[in-house]
Amino acid sequence: MNLVLDPELKVSVPRMAPIQMNDVQTDSKISVRDFDFFYGPLKVLHGISLEIPARKVTALIGPSGCGKSTFIRSINRMNDIIPEARATGAIVIDGRDVYAGDTDVVELRRKVGMVFQKSNPFPKSIYDNVAYGLRIGGMRNKRQLDELIERSLTRAALWHEVKDRLHASALALSGGQQQRLCIARALAVDPEIVLMDEPASALDPIATSKIEELIYELKDNYTIVIVTHNMQQAARVSDRTAFFMLGRLVEYAETNEIFTKPKEKMTEDYVTGRFG
Amino acid sequence: MTANLRRRKLFSRLFEVLCALAVVIALIPLTMILFYVVKEGAGALNWDFFTKMPKPVGESGGGMANAIVGTLILISIAALFAVPVGGICGVHLAEYPSTKFSSVVRFAADVLNGVPSIVVGIFAYGLVVLPVKRFSALAGGVALGFLMIPIVVRTTEELLRLVPGGLREGALALGATRGRAVFGVIVPAALPGILTGILVALARVAGETAPLLFTALNNRFWSTNLTQPIASLTVQVYTYAQSPYDDWHRQAWAGAFLLVMMILALSIAARVAVRRLERMNRP
Repeated sequence: MNLVLDPELKVSVPRMAPIQMNDVQTDSKISVRDFDFFYGPLKVLHGISLEIPARKVTALIGPSGCGKSTFIRSINRMNDIIPEARATGAIVIDGRDVYAGDTDVVELRRKVGMVFQKSNPFPKSIYDNVAYGLRIGGMRNKRQLDELIERSLTRAALWHEVKDRLHASALALSGGQQQRLCIARALAVDPEIVLMDEPASALDPIATSKIEELIYELKDNYTIVIVTHNMQQAARVSDRTAFFMLGRLVEYAETNEIFTKPKEKMTEDYVTGRFG
Repeated sequence: MTANLRRRKLFSRLFEVLCALAVVIALIPLTMILFYVVKEGAGALNWDFFTKMPKPVGESGGGMANAIVGTLILISIAALFAVPVGGICGVHLAEYPSTKFSSVVRFAADVLNGVPSIVVGIFAYGLVVLPVKRFSALAGGVALGFLMIPIVVRTTEELLRLVPGGLREGALALGATRGRAVFGVIVPAALPGILTGILVALARVAGETAPLLFTALNNRFWSTNLTQPIASLTVQVYTYAQSPYDDWHRQAWAGAFLLVMMILALSIAARVAVRRLERMNRP
């Protein structure tokens, strides 16, 4: 039963006014314009418009089924693999609409990396996992590979834990290490944007705090969009927060503003835990 | 309450006994076959059996070297032909599971799996033997290959579908094309299981006699020529078992024993291969 996605369900959700350019202090990396998304006849995203700033962490929060995962997966077009999925509107990255007909999805996904909720290392060695994206990009030079793999693992704060067993199976790592390996794997191909779909939801508190520290450090170099169920996490790691509800963007502002003085009643109810 | 409980315990006991009985009944033929084959065959098996050629009637001794090599050649041809075809079919079915074409292919594989092996032999006879008017190892290999294909198709498909969807997403998110994701990540992840499926299929066709009767025929002489008739363990056992000579009967038992051992060895090899690959995957 998917009550929240029921198109017949009439709930009045205030439509957000389009964001004015002067709302955004930094230059925008991803610009979403009137974006709708459908699974067959079911409309799950309704006219999403927002500007995601470069080299900041943007958190997407909202109750289950609100469309935040669908939205983040639209940015690198991971939803393409779902039959009957359809999008209208535009998601513009660096001036190019990713839904334009001439977009090379493979190239897009090298520029927009993704980390999933459930860590998904390949059943290969640690080294081969990180090398995967580089190799499919055509890199064969062993010394270059070694160097980039060390750098990626270092950036993902995993190098010191695995440097002596790079050729051991990635599946021997702990859950938190596996997730950092997936982050290293995404960073290896040098993306500009990293999408994270609840990257810490399956991890224990210590592993979670490591991932959060990592996100904080990564934002110097990458634009990060993170979906999270955990509001404390959104408050800790993000610069801006977007609150989704029933497939609509309810409010989008600086994170401390969302958590301390939200403009919408619904946002306030959600962040204070009155529903969710 | 207690009466009820006693009744339930009684029923539970009864079903346990029934289950044990069913297991015993199922195991009786297997143990008896093994017992007789080992009893009759192990004694007749000696070094000559592996290294010597069959002797003419009346002379004692000799072996089945040509038939052993023949069987190996036949199943190699079958694998060479069935593994690529069946494997790629399986990948297609796993990748496009719900297209009309896939359901037709799946149904065809299931039907082919159920076709009696003698019919497959007749088909290979018409396909390979008739046009060149000669029985050949190639024809036998093709017949065994047709028997292998459906097993390889279905195991490949099923094992590929067991691979977690997250691996596909992970590969695609790194900029892999669909083909690269399938052949670089998903197929390797399922490979240990697919290899087992292939070994089990090999073991199964190695024990087939009927499809070889009018394809590979038989050969009393040493031959590795693919365009000539070739000996095989199963047909040799069949021929010797029907003969009136005691010495040939002993050889037939030895051949049967060797066949059973080969199938046992292939099954064990399959298990060992899977264990090793699994340990590599998740120690």
